Amino acid sequence: MTDKTLVMQVARDKRPSLLSSLPFFIVALTLLPVLVVASSLLTPTWSVWQHLWDTILPELLLNTAVLLLGVGIGTLMLGTALAWLVTAYEFPGKKTFEWLLVLPMAMPAYIMGFVYMAIFDFAGPVQTLLRAWGLETWGFWQIRSGFGAITVMTLVLYPYVYLLAKAGFAEQSGSAIEAAKVLGSSKTRLFFQVVMPLARPSIVAGVSLALMEALADFATVRYFNFPTVADGILRVWHGLMDLGAASEMAGLLAMLSALLLLSEHRLRNRRAYHQIKGKNQGLPTMSLSGWRGGVAVGICSGIVFAAFGLPLTQLLVWGSREIGQLTPGALAVYVRLAGNSLSLAAIAAVAAVAVALLMASLARLRGGTLSRLLTQVVTTGYALPGAVIAVGILLPLSALDRGINTLTTAWWGFTPGLIFTGSIVGLIYAYTVRFMAVAYNSVDSSLEKIPPNTTLAARVLGASTMRLITEVQLPLIMPGIMAGAILVFVDVMKELPITMMLRPLGYDTLAIWVWQMAAESLWASTALPALAIVLAGLIPIKLLLSQSK
Amino acid sequence: MSEQLCAAVGTAVEPHVELSGLGKRYPDVIALHNLTLTVNRGEFFSLLGPSGCGKTTTLRLVAGLDCLSEGSIAIDDVLVSSPTYFMPPEKRGVGIVFQDYALFPHMTVFENVAFGLYGLPKAAIAKRVNELLALVGLAAAGQKYPHEMSGGQKQRVALARALAPAPKVMLLDEPFSNLDAELRAALRSETKEILRDSGTTVILVTHDQEEAFSLSDRVGLLNGGKLEQVGTPYEIYHHPASRFVADFVGRADYLSARVEGSMVISGLGSFALPNSERQGSADVDLLIRPDDVSIADDPTGTAVITEVRFLGAHALYTLQLDDGSVLHSQGLSAHLLPPCMRVAVTVNMRHTVVFSPEQKDDAPQRHRGHRD
Repeated sequence: MTDKTLVMQVARDKRPSLLSSLPFFIVALTLLPVLVVASSLLTPTWSVWQHLWDTILPELLLNTAVLLLGVGIGTLMLGTALAWLVTAYEFPGKKTFEWLLVLPMAMPAYIMGFVYMAIFDFAGPVQTLLRAWGLETWGFWQIRSGFGAITVMTLVLYPYVYLLAKAGFAEQSGSAIEAAKVLGSSKTRLFFQVVMPLARPSIVAGVSLALMEALADFATVRYFNFPTVADGILRVWHGLMDLGAASEMAGLLAMLSALLLLSEHRLRNRRAYHQIKGKNQGLPTMSLSGWRGGVAVGICSGIVFAAFGLPLTQLLVWGSREIGQLTPGALAVYVRLAGNSLSLAAIAAVAAVAVALLMASLARLRGGTLSRLLTQVVTTGYALPGAVIAVGILLPLSALDRGINTLTTAWWGFTPGLIFTGSIVGLIYAYTVRFMAVAYNSVDSSLEKIPPNTTLAARVLGASTMRLITEVQLPLIMPGIMAGAILVFVDVMKELPITMMLRPLGYDTLAIWVWQMAAESLWASTALPALAIVLAGLIPIKLLLSQSK
Repeated sequence: MSEQLCAAVGTAVEPHVELSGLGKRYPDVIALHNLTLTVNRGEFFSLLGPSGCGKTTTLRLVAGLDCLSEGSIAIDDVLVSSPTYFMPPEKRGVGIVFQDYALFPHMTVFENVAFGLYGLPKAAIAKRVNELLALVGLAAAGQKYPHEMSGGQKQRVALARALAPAPKVMLLDEPFSNLDAELRAALRSETKEILRDSGTTVILVTHDQEEAFSLSDRVGLLNGGKLEQVGTPYEIYHHPASRFVADFVGRADYLSARVEGSMVISGLGSFALPNSERQGSADVDLLIRPDDVSIADDPTGTAVITEVRFLGAHALYTLQLDDGSVLHSQGLSAHLLPPCMRVAVTVNMRHTVVFSPEQKDDAPQRHRGHRD
């Protein structure tokens, strides 16, 4: 608001009509997939629903409910307990565990899932070993089940709850705790009546992030033969090639995530986003010595091993075996996959950051309710499962392609082919919609960090608009732009459902390859691309941890 | 230094920044209303007032950081702002130092100061920057970054940066308010010296009357977007034009009194009104400053000390007069009187200021100074 007038003059130097209509155009593009999916939900084809209901839908709904419940309880307990452990207690290696416990975030569920499958399934080393010892493995838990899916997802998704709960605990002042202590509260009462209610908004936010991921996942549940609604969309799309039915299923999924968001809002009555802070100076800590310290270390290292160490080791073992017998042909495949993944991720990162920068700066120039609304709409993609966005984009783009081809054929007798659905345009569009919030938040927070009055000082000192942008503003927001680009880049590398549904035929990426090979149980072939994805996933964690220091 | 100062006193007063009928409306609030003010060349002028009084708005209008709704601003007889005309800030020849300094965090101190010298030959820039850094006592700090500097050093860099393009008018927006008391005092006099030597006209915005008084040639007191009074610090303090001014710039007590001809008659004595325009008789409130009131230990006196506040060199006494009214007295603390002591009160009125009596409620300030 301070430098509004002035910067508006700056903006007025340029073409105002284009600049002021651009945000609306972007918002329309963002809304398009949502509207497409919503409209197909609002105009249901009863025969489709009847068929779905008679065949797979009840199972999908039940599985989805079980999955959400299981992952919700699992991440809530694991994430909160670990956060409390590292916040309220001192034990050997605590500082290291604080960040080690975040690492599972780098392991996408669809990678963790097949590694667990390989290790713990009937033919895997664990059960084989048990049988070699003469034990029956009939009673050994069935990994290929809802239980397996819930376990794997809990292990990779608890860090959301852990991080946000830790931040929630860290935000609390020690004085409230001390006041409660002085008033005679026991440790248990303290935790449940003071600490937890105060941290509740953060914990709810963490659990809902985890649930959104679980809801959107189709790959992991497929390994474990536990189909959910997200998986249903792809089954309908791939199996029946029925885009209409897929889009109605997508509508259902979108509705479920909207419900999830709504209940999150009801459950937490505070601000919408939490800054993740690393300091926990507020709460008094208690030192765990002797066997208690040992138990704490045991719990933490057990979790880190199960959720990161074990799958990583397995991938490394497979990977080294694969490198040992790498043929030039296989190498060429890997290079092509990496090239596709990297270029997709890079293009999407640039696109998302450019749009984010434009939206964020215009929102700042205009201010007001409308701008706030526009930016909110632009960042809703993060709340939508990838499959929903993919379907919502596929429908209009293929219609557009058909239309273009019909027209050109009618007018000039020439068919240009599938311009949008046959190229990566649709992919980039979908990625940008899906990951806009990531780019927007980093760009916007870096704009926020431009010290007040700095722009004005530069203007008073005679800087032209060009100098103002190149010498003052860009250098100041560059770290935010880079961070946003890196986050989008990594998210795109890991992304599966959108890539799966919108990629041009035969255009494989690392993630697609991993998924396809894993589905065929060709573990060794998955290893190198999977390792590349996990390594990339470590980058944002590094960023996150260095930011919180 | 002192010759310069004495020379300045002799020079003719020449208008430099002229604000006429300034008004600034925001959608929901009127920030400024019909403000007319002339700041003279080379003058150190302060805009003083509580927060939200419109002082910063005025400064921003002069700098060209905001558009005005009514009136006009001229610098050197050249129109720079009106509702229909707007000269961009960089063309106005003004420099500004912000409260938060607004240094460029990604540039060194040298680059910060050099920013406004864009387009000059490199050697000339280096010469000027080094001159300025030496002037503010930071000759060796050119390669440092703002985050490596203390608050006082940042303030100096901000001053050097603003001075670099040799502005005709320097605008200071509460530049000392982020500093601790000791540093603030040192930087004030340092800044004043540097600005006086540069011959720049200065407009300072502050809410601190001590700061305004100690630095300024003249002070303009703003309240609720309106100019209450313009004058020298002496005039503002000793001849306040309104109760608001009287209360804002120092402790003020009001004693019920009666004007009879050219005299004011109160329970503590009769005082001559300085100008005898006032005719007839009227009830008034007489302004009394604690430094006008002296007290002496006297068991037959007319007042009792109810509270003693030790302030260092001085002590502030709260007195309850026998007729029920409350008065304050300031005395040297070396000779401290205890609470509950009965004292004799003497008022040594150097300037008699009266206001028409008013109810002590939330009614708008209605006032008639002694010069009405």
